[in-house]
Amino acid sequence: MTVTTASATMAKALNDGLRAAMEGDPKVVVMGEDVGRLGGVFRVTDGLQKDFGEQRVLDTPLSESGIVGAAVGLALRGYRPVCEIQFDGFVFPAVDQISSQLAKLHYRSQGRVRMPVVVRIPFGGGIGAVEHHSESPESLFAHMPGLKVVACASPSDAHWMLRQAIASDDPVIFLEPKPRYWEKGVVDDDPPPLHTARVLRRGTTAVLACYGPMVRTCLDAAAAAEADGHDLEVIDLRTLSPLHLDPVFDAVRRTGRLVMVAEAPSSVSVAAEVAARVQEECFHSLESPVLRVTGFDTPYPPSRCEDDYLPDLDRVLDAVDRAVAW
Amino acid sequence: MSVPHDWIPAGSSGVLADAPPGPPREHVLAGLRGTDEGPDLVQLLTPEGERIACPDYDAHVADVDTAALQALYRDMVLVRRADREATALQRQGELGLWVPLLGQEAAQIGAGRALRAGDMAFPSYREHGVAWCRGVDPTELLGIFRGTDHGGWDPVATGFHLYTIVIGNQCLNATGYAMGQRFDGRVGGPDAEATMCFFGDGATSQGDVHEGFVWAAVYDAPVVFYCQNNQWAISEPNERQTRVPLYRRAQGYGFPGIRVDGNDVLACLAVSRWALEECRSGNGPVLIEAFTYRMDAHTTSDDPSRYRLADELELWKLKDPLERVRVHLVRGLGVGNDFFDEVAADSDALAARLRAHCLALPQPGPERIFSNVYAEPSPELDAQRDAYLAYHASFEGGAE
Repeated sequence: MTVTTASATMAKALNDGLRAAMEGDPKVVVMGEDVGRLGGVFRVTDGLQKDFGEQRVLDTPLSESGIVGAAVGLALRGYRPVCEIQFDGFVFPAVDQISSQLAKLHYRSQGRVRMPVVVRIPFGGGIGAVEHHSESPESLFAHMPGLKVVACASPSDAHWMLRQAIASDDPVIFLEPKPRYWEKGVVDDDPPPLHTARVLRRGTTAVLACYGPMVRTCLDAAAAAEADGHDLEVIDLRTLSPLHLDPVFDAVRRTGRLVMVAEAPSSVSVAAEVAARVQEECFHSLESPVLRVTGFDTPYPPSRCEDDYLPDLDRVLDAVDRAVAW
Repeated sequence: MSVPHDWIPAGSSGVLADAPPGPPREHVLAGLRGTDEGPDLVQLLTPEGERIACPDYDAHVADVDTAALQALYRDMVLVRRADREATALQRQGELGLWVPLLGQEAAQIGAGRALRAGDMAFPSYREHGVAWCRGVDPTELLGIFRGTDHGGWDPVATGFHLYTIVIGNQCLNATGYAMGQRFDGRVGGPDAEATMCFFGDGATSQGDVHEGFVWAAVYDAPVVFYCQNNQWAISEPNERQTRVPLYRRAQGYGFPGIRVDGNDVLACLAVSRWALEECRSGNGPVLIEAFTYRMDAHTTSDDPSRYRLADELELWKLKDPLERVRVHLVRGLGVGNDFFDEVAADSDALAARLRAHCLALPQPGPERIFSNVYAEPSPELDAQRDAYLAYHASFEGGAE
């Protein structure tokens, strides 16, 4: 399959990635609620059932535990299931299967069994949705040994990271930033490895580390900060488990300041882990404490409050100012 | 009162053996629709508006005179009008989302009017008609869909739990509540209570629903599981959820299952009253499958033309839940135009009130994010709130 180099939405880039994976390996199957005839509520699986048939694109019963539990069984039989959980807040019935079976079977079987399963989850807020449609559960999965967790932020990464995740012999929780589904970008032809962070912008004043939906926010903040004379580095973590923090350590050693930005609540989070690791590795380079700009330790609020809940450009720049003035 | 041999068919050799003929297997495999109502459908009012005898359930609606039937009709017209107005509000950008109930008015009003003040109802997110019956004003539903709250009514005072969006969760919650009713001695006596749990055909695939069935059976919980089978779980026809008619599943869990015409408000009322009485007298749980149709989209974000044929909707329009009652009122009971004019005026007034309320809903302040996370104080969260409010205040009159 040739990769389109034209500008594509993230949804289309994911769709192309799934198609390429399915064309490349007959054992790749897609399963989830409304992924068949409808093509998924975000149209990420659009047209796949028509082209690959109902045995490779399964409109499943409404049962998330069933989707992941059956995917584990299919993987035991040699398939490579790509599961879609319709919204972040609906993944919780599947958490038992994810934690107890998917994450642990390789370990429990002493490596005799592999779990090449991808669980795609649209995550994050900012779309004005009702309850359970705007959550950021990544820290939960990053806290489950045996799982790998990644988050894409651009159409190119969405395309390639999904193909790499499907090719992986480990279970991957694949997080898609739903407010970015319709943003366009060019799909590169030279993707970096799956479990690597990526420097998106070099800078000297401070580092913004982020992932998923906050990458766009941080790039915008870095552009705005130029007016204040701040030259910000932006690093897209991309992989949350395992973390790949070498580029962050390198940047902190150069700039002395890190602002970690994420939508999820801050306590016991990926952002907290990054902060802890940076102070372990870069203690003598730090000019200020690592600051976190995150969602609050509350349930996701009614959508009319989400602009207050979600980190935005102003909150990021406020943290940069505090770090610089420390 | 029924005993098990009343509802387990004599000589039954298994669910599949005596199942009524559903769609042929090749049709199921091809994803074709099987909307056959089957032989066991309880119906009191035909789609043509004819009242037909139903010996098993007639007694449960013997008190429904012309005035009572008019009241049921009025309920349905008003909730439909509120539903259409809310759909329009979403189209105009005043609501982020709406979940239409169009087509399910009879299923909801019949069940909702069977409930008593002391009973408890656990809705999914489409039960605007049940909300109406519980005294939750349609304006109180708007906050969820405008994004100003997660549920504006008092579930304790109304006997109407908050909407549950995660599919099927409420079936276990309702079961636990009903267990509490039994533990409190509210079964079998003059102050007996029951619980009614609402969910859809899609939810019947969720573990929580199956577990709710098991728990309710094991603890003799006074809960009526009320499944509105509207044929579609977003894009998935109910052949994606089940091989057997849903009401027949109850047998496997050890309690009765009844399929009722979900577009027949009288039948829904009769069967719901019977089922609630069974529960109140200690014979619960009961499963009711209200066989109906989702005449609109799953939500305002959904486009049903991508997955179902318009012909199907046209067939169901002939079974409209309001029209059959109107015909019966006019032709069977001689109700005149004055009544229908009055109902139309009431529904217009309700729509206007709903719209005005929607537009006047206040924007919640940032403190709302932090309020009511816990029942007891959390100093850490209070500190987060204070820091954010101070930050927020720093913009007032300033750059933002």
